[in-house]
Amino acid sequence: MHCVWGLPLVDPSHPATPATWFRFRDGLKGNKGSSMLWEIEIHPVEGQTDREGTRATGEAVAFGTATITTVRAARSYLVEGELDEEEVTGEAVGLLADGVVERCAVHRLPAHAHGMQPVGVGESTSHPSPLDPHLLNVLFKPGVTDNVGATATQALKDVGLKVDRVATCRKYWINAEATEEDIARLCGKVLANDSIERVIRGPLPLTSIAVGSDYEFSLRTTAICDASDAALQELSKVGQLYLSLVEMQTIQRYFRDLGREPTDIELETVAQTWSEHCSHKTLAGRIHYRDERGERHFENMLKETIFAATQTIRARLGDDDWCVSVFKDNAGIVRFDDKQDVCIKVETHNHPSALEPYGGANTGLGGVIRDPLGTGMGARPVCNTDVFCFAPPDTPHDGLPPGVLHPKNVMQGVVAGVRDYGNRMGIPTVNGAVYFDERYLGNPLVYCGNVAMIPRGMSEKEVVPGDYIVTVGGRTGRDGIHGATFSSAELTHESDELSGGAVQIGNAITEKMLMDVILEARDRGLYDAITDCGAGGFSSAVGEMGEECGAEVWLDKAPLKYNGLSYTEIWISEAQERMVLAVPPVSWDEFESLCASEGVEATVIGKFTDTRRLVLKYDGTEVGNLEMAFLHDGRPPVIREAVFRSSEPEGPNNQNPAPEGPNDHSPDRQGGFGQRPNASSVNSAGPGAHASRFEEFGNTLKEILGSLNVCSKEWIIRQYDHEVQGGSVVKPLVGVCQDGPSDAAVVRPDLTSNRGLVVSCGMNPRYGDIDPYWMAAAAIDEAVRNCVAVGADPSRIAILDNFCWGNTECPETLGSLVRAALGCQETAVALGTPFVSGKDSLNNEFTYEKAHGLHINQAHGLQPVGLGTETISIPPSLLITALGQVADIRRCVTMDLKEPGNVLFLVGQTEAEFGGSHYHWVTDGSGGTVPRVDLERAPAVFAAVHEAITTGLVRSCHDLSEGGLAVGIAEMAFAGGRGVTVSLEAFGTMDDTVVLFSESCTRFLFEVPASDADRFAKLIEERTGRSAARLGVVTDTDRMRVTNLDGRVLVDETIGGLKECWQRPLDWA
Amino acid sequence: MATPRICVLRAPGTNCDLETAFAFERAGGQAARVHLFRLLETPDLLAKFQILCVPGGFSYGDDVGAGVVFGRQLRGHLGDAVGEFLQADKLALGICNGFQVLLKAGILPGTKKDSGSRDAGSPATGKTSSPEPQVTLTWNDNGRYTARWVELAVSSPHSVFLRGIERIELPIAHAEGRVAVRDAGLIDQWRESGQLALQYASPCNTNTASGAACGSRFPANPNGSVADLAGLSDATGRVLGLMPHPERFIDATQHPQWTRRRMSGDGDGLRLFRNAVDYFA
Repeated sequence: MHCVWGLPLVDPSHPATPATWFRFRDGLKGNKGSSMLWEIEIHPVEGQTDREGTRATGEAVAFGTATITTVRAARSYLVEGELDEEEVTGEAVGLLADGVVERCAVHRLPAHAHGMQPVGVGESTSHPSPLDPHLLNVLFKPGVTDNVGATATQALKDVGLKVDRVATCRKYWINAEATEEDIARLCGKVLANDSIERVIRGPLPLTSIAVGSDYEFSLRTTAICDASDAALQELSKVGQLYLSLVEMQTIQRYFRDLGREPTDIELETVAQTWSEHCSHKTLAGRIHYRDERGERHFENMLKETIFAATQTIRARLGDDDWCVSVFKDNAGIVRFDDKQDVCIKVETHNHPSALEPYGGANTGLGGVIRDPLGTGMGARPVCNTDVFCFAPPDTPHDGLPPGVLHPKNVMQGVVAGVRDYGNRMGIPTVNGAVYFDERYLGNPLVYCGNVAMIPRGMSEKEVVPGDYIVTVGGRTGRDGIHGATFSSAELTHESDELSGGAVQIGNAITEKMLMDVILEARDRGLYDAITDCGAGGFSSAVGEMGEECGAEVWLDKAPLKYNGLSYTEIWISEAQERMVLAVPPVSWDEFESLCASEGVEATVIGKFTDTRRLVLKYDGTEVGNLEMAFLHDGRPPVIREAVFRSSEPEGPNNQNPAPEGPNDHSPDRQGGFGQRPNASSVNSAGPGAHASRFEEFGNTLKEILGSLNVCSKEWIIRQYDHEVQGGSVVKPLVGVCQDGPSDAAVVRPDLTSNRGLVVSCGMNPRYGDIDPYWMAAAAIDEAVRNCVAVGADPSRIAILDNFCWGNTECPETLGSLVRAALGCQETAVALGTPFVSGKDSLNNEFTYEKAHGLHINQAHGLQPVGLGTETISIPPSLLITALGQVADIRRCVTMDLKEPGNVLFLVGQTEAEFGGSHYHWVTDGSGGTVPRVDLERAPAVFAAVHEAITTGLVRSCHDLSEGGLAVGIAEMAFAGGRGVTVSLEAFGTMDDTVVLFSESCTRFLFEVPASDADRFAKLIEERTGRSAARLGVVTDTDRMRVTNLDGRVLVDETIGGLKECWQRPLDWA
Repeated sequence: MATPRICVLRAPGTNCDLETAFAFERAGGQAARVHLFRLLETPDLLAKFQILCVPGGFSYGDDVGAGVVFGRQLRGHLGDAVGEFLQADKLALGICNGFQVLLKAGILPGTKKDSGSRDAGSPATGKTSSPEPQVTLTWNDNGRYTARWVELAVSSPHSVFLRGIERIELPIAHAEGRVAVRDAGLIDQWRESGQLALQYASPCNTNTASGAACGSRFPANPNGSVADLAGLSDATGRVLGLMPHPERFIDATQHPQWTRRRMSGDGDGLRLFRNAVDYFA
């Protein structure tokens, strides 16, 4: 927490000195004579709900800890300093507790040493005792960021109290009958997260909450020049460098040639720079790929597929190219209007979110916001997008593999993490999606994206040798250091071991303050270049910025959260909320005082040079000296095998259950590798089998509406501020009760202009199980469809790819990814939607010991028994994010039905495409082809839809996706509070099931005023060469009624009933 | 004085300052976004403005309670400057986090007709000696941050900001927006003194059965506020705090149903800002 109270006291004459307002260092040298540790316990007063206690009790029931019947909760502050009782019970309590709804108890710590009776305020009659053995105290492990504690410290100092530090604590009193086993389970599963928190039973024995220790410098080298291959591999593993043998040998040769051993920091720097996360060596590497049509060799797979699509499109656009900066900076940039360009980036934060969902998702969003902020000369964020993948939240608790958090808890934590960062930053979270699949159990996915505006002409940056290397924002701690071990110190002792290695806690306010000063400094022209400090910390940020020129870093100058960090830890720490800038010495004074004026710490930690070397120093001693060329170009190429084997049924005997029409877009272009794979068109156990079950169509519709991927996500959406900044045009929830599912969000980034941005996404892991090529095509089509449905211009849509895959060292897994990339390439080119940015996250799988049961171990509670390991790999998870634009937001449309009497149309071709469908999901069906995008016709459909919307013919528009036509109609009806009467005559003899539930791509539903219906139909037919299907009319009844060609009633349901099915599954309290 | 100057006061974590300043400008005012640190350096700056607005956001992270730390600054270090400002014939507006700040600073509900002479503590030390607070803004009944549009009824003609408005739709976006009082008798006092400014009301023009809700129940009352309180005025009518965000409805396209109702032009929220600016016309 780096907020400033009162006036900041940064001395501009000492640019490299840490600002003195942040006084952590004052208290590090041990306790002062009269320093005391106080605890202020805060309880709800009578009549106010004990929400945390109620939550914990409910969770205990859910986890089956039968002996735990009541949990009472309180929060507390541990306040250390030279304070007397009067000051604590007066000033401190007055500030920290809300006297209207809370009451306090104050006692000195350690609790057992200072009597039974709490001192001070509050009604203590019904007060739970701080000495109760069934009291559980949950505290952050030492070194984990405690934002509230830091704010409280500053606030108490500001009112004149001599406070050294404050920590926060949660307290739980468990009913006396609870067994030890149940309490142990409660602690592990409900009350605390072991990766960041510790639980102390009974009275708090703490005497101090100080952290940190002195650091004694000593230069460390690692002997590798004479190491055997086995030793190199061992070093890579033990040192958590995650480098291959070939890479280790390359490093060995480099240092042999230099005639010296590497220092620890040099090895770390190389490992960081060459890491998968920083260099994308797998997908940007050599891949030898095979599938049913032959083989292909890629020198750089991403470049030859994803980037190539963008190059093709840009070349085709010629002078009308609207891409500005793609695949080279922290985010992609495209043209917006004559004043501004727009940036977008989507990242993943999967593994941290699996360990600690709140912190992982929190810093995931915080991290991706810094990407546009560090793109070009810096961009101003205008909205966020967030997509999650979880296992079903109703997964049984007792079937969980050891070490896995329950998916409902993961989901709650992730949503809260995103919520708290986005809302605090004041950036609206406007778009998102959630996908559920059992295979995300141990490996949930968290995709966070950010869209930001940058003035035209600010997309390029260049470091000038001589510029200061400046770190701005948060301080450096052990956060995110790979090798940091979690504290396992005796809990009763003051511990100077610091934890939080893998898990970080964000501070959105620090980042907001940082953002404000950076944008101001940008506009004043105070720096030459900027980048974010993310994975790899300073190592990555400085290494990238200085790649072309060289850099010298003075590691001892970096401001620290606490003492005790080694030079290497400082260099590779992934502490949050930091940016690195290249500031010309002439601008430094103004830059530093600008930062100081808003309480932001800025520190010179080195300078850029013209040596093309990376030189690292600590207190004047050189600790590292590497050639930039070796770091950035020295990595040996990775070569991987990839193979794809179709899981679709093949052979001539398959029958298409759809009774009509050839599948005219199952192309089988001969020759050219990388073209669409041949369709093995149909399945033998198709949905035709269900065609006679008319009475079940309504039930099937309700089941799909109530399935997890389709059902309402209102519980999540309403926790996000989607309107801050005032630019909201189309919200994520629309309709008469503002609870219908919008296809995309529209945001106006400049309140003086009517030009708008459209954000949407597409993702279909279930299709990917069958054919990743068509999954990719469908995901792009879906993202574009969603964009176009609200009014986006299809000729101005930029897209992003985020590949989350399993272990790509497995050729089949990598093969499915390559196949998806090929689908991306051709679909993007066909639709004219360039990829502008992307990111991949590989090796998303979870391995655990299979348990045949659990047995109780006296020391550790429940332990799994049995042997053998099991690995769960996630399904192929390609997220496509689309960033569209609308020329005039006043032309946007929403998906809720508006007026009775209007005509309902379907545009786009329906085929029997049930592979991976939600119809199969709810009917336990399988097989079938996945939907295939008709790449020849789709562009004309999108253009026609856009023309119809911009000419004002359309009252509402909704895309068809999971669940097909029936779901689309139902959603439009209940969102608008209108009935519909639909006839399927226009589909002739096509199977009713296919018409209602097939998930064919590039389809839209329209509500058109009756007076415009002919005009609309004519426009669609002229532009697409196919007629729109006239389905029926909007009614002022409360029913959705669908009849088929024969006049038989297929669906007759109340819209209230359908809505209820759709809202219920995730309508959590 | 034709064009009043508005001080949109931002602290670390404030995040609605840009659009709030824009709303005042759109209403004809001259708005300046002023950092709290500038005011702490030079408290006299405040006297140059006619309207003080504390916008929404998460000042100081709301870390020890929403608005607590910023509120402490206003009644501590800035107690004198703010007191003088309020004693003059000037206006103060707190939106969302700004309402929390005004309440926790003790500026609202205010106790006397001349709302300047409240307990401002002793600014020299920043220490406060105020009596026990009688009212607070605390956690929503549902225990979480909630963003949604609400229908509001203006309950008193007293507030300068709400003149000529009877009902208005605005969005709320907060976690700690529930008004709670120590003594229910306060509500009657506020009713008498015209301080019950804004109350959550049931929607009057939804056309589905599920849309009809009672004003005192969720979601019409989104947080469980006592007496459906959404906004509170001081006794003079010159200070208003409200949880909903009027700056998020200055253009028709910000309304969640603008495509349904074919709305265009200005949004109703602009009226609050116009009323404030027109007060100095």
